[in-house]
Amino acid sequence: MVGAKKKYQAVVIGSSAGGLNALKTIFETLDKRFPLPLIIVQHMSPDADNYLPLFLNNMKKIKVKEADEKELPQPGIAYVAPPNYHLLIEHDKTFSLTVGERVNYARPSIDVLFETAAEAYGEGLIGIILTGANNDGTVGLKKIKELGGMAVIQDPEEAEADLMPRSALEAVKPNHVLKLKEIANLLNTLI
Amino acid sequence: MKKKEEEIIENQEIEIRLLIEAIFLKYGYDFRNYSQAHVKRRILNRFQTSGLDSISEMTHRAIYDTDFVDQILMDLSITVTEMFRDPSFYKALRQSVLPVLRSYPFVKVWHAGCASGEEVYSMAIMLKEEGLLHKTQIYATDFNPLIIRHAKKAEYPISRIKEFTFSYQKAGGKRSFSDYYTADDEKAKLNENLRKNIVFANHNLVTDSVFAEINLIVCRNVLIYFDRQLQDKVIRLFLESLPGGGFLCLGSKENLQFSNYFHAFEPVVDQERIYIKKYSS
Repeated sequence: MVGAKKKYQAVVIGSSAGGLNALKTIFETLDKRFPLPLIIVQHMSPDADNYLPLFLNNMKKIKVKEADEKELPQPGIAYVAPPNYHLLIEHDKTFSLTVGERVNYARPSIDVLFETAAEAYGEGLIGIILTGANNDGTVGLKKIKELGGMAVIQDPEEAEADLMPRSALEAVKPNHVLKLKEIANLLNTLI
Repeated sequence: MKKKEEEIIENQEIEIRLLIEAIFLKYGYDFRNYSQAHVKRRILNRFQTSGLDSISEMTHRAIYDTDFVDQILMDLSITVTEMFRDPSFYKALRQSVLPVLRSYPFVKVWHAGCASGEEVYSMAIMLKEEGLLHKTQIYATDFNPLIIRHAKKAEYPISRIKEFTFSYQKAGGKRSFSDYYTADDEKAKLNENLRKNIVFANHNLVTDSVFAEINLIVCRNVLIYFDRQLQDKVIRLFLESLPGGGFLCLGSKENLQFSNYFHAFEPVVDQERIYIKKYSS
């Protein structure tokens, strides 16, 4: 389905309202042998603790951890942006964290991750926009597509909150519009 | 990657490096070892609002127009902060650090990268409640003189007081937060007695050196903007400023694990990034 799977080096996922359930559904179908770094921004309260990595780790799929500053993402590990920090990808692919202004009312912001990841990975990147009630991620997904990466959007009909996927659909011609299970199956073809 | 886009990105990055170099050569502010992704985002934001045609034009203007450079310095400053940011950190500080400092005849605290001052005043409030403020000298420093001017005023928008009050309570505040400020319709001004033991000064962690022996250094969410090399340089500066048993507090996502000077410190409250300098080092 993906074709030329060697080309891809990383996957970024952005989700907001309804994102926990959506990520859960993807992780249920995701194969333990998934071979790329998976980097996630899920909007959450600034004083949230690190329940998201715990929650996803409990599903016993790929290892999930909070992204540390200067960390180099490793194959087969999922990274979650910490609450109240933006997560950026440097040219050498390492993570940076910042406490800069909110972007699209959000910190972490999906656009900040997607735009910097697009520049770092170019055509080696897959960007996925899931459920959400704002338009964060649209600009970033557009950039991923422009730089030769793959753009995937959750089917708005399925999304708990459809504003974010619809906003992305209006601005970007995606490679795929898929339901959550299909997104997981798509990722599994990268093995 | 498509060739054309690749070249645009490459050219942009060359232009940004030249701008950063020009600011260093002309004004001495050194952003060359900052996180590149961060610098790029901030410079491109400024470029978009500048009305100029290219980043190279920004370089020209930065050399000749000091007001414009001030804007760029603000862009590259870390200005997002709040009182009692990460309340659990302040709670740990109160429980594990201040009791040690209480035994000292005189205490010196250095808040490095104080920005608009919210966290410095949070510290002053805690020191006051623990009966330490009268014998403490706080040095609050930042590289950006404009932001220090702001910090000295000790005035914050009234709209933020609710959030500050909430964090103050979560941090284990012992009184009513409203005891510490007077408010009008727009702003809250912190009490003079919180400010009198604070010296605000210009200090650049990248280019300046040790200025005093310090018992407690607080430098939170500054190192995340630096590359590894610069982080190590700054940690060394802290190491040289601390006596054995001196405290170093970093931001909740910063740690010494990858530093060359990791072994010179040991954690006091690991989770909150509170470290002590070992006596032997």
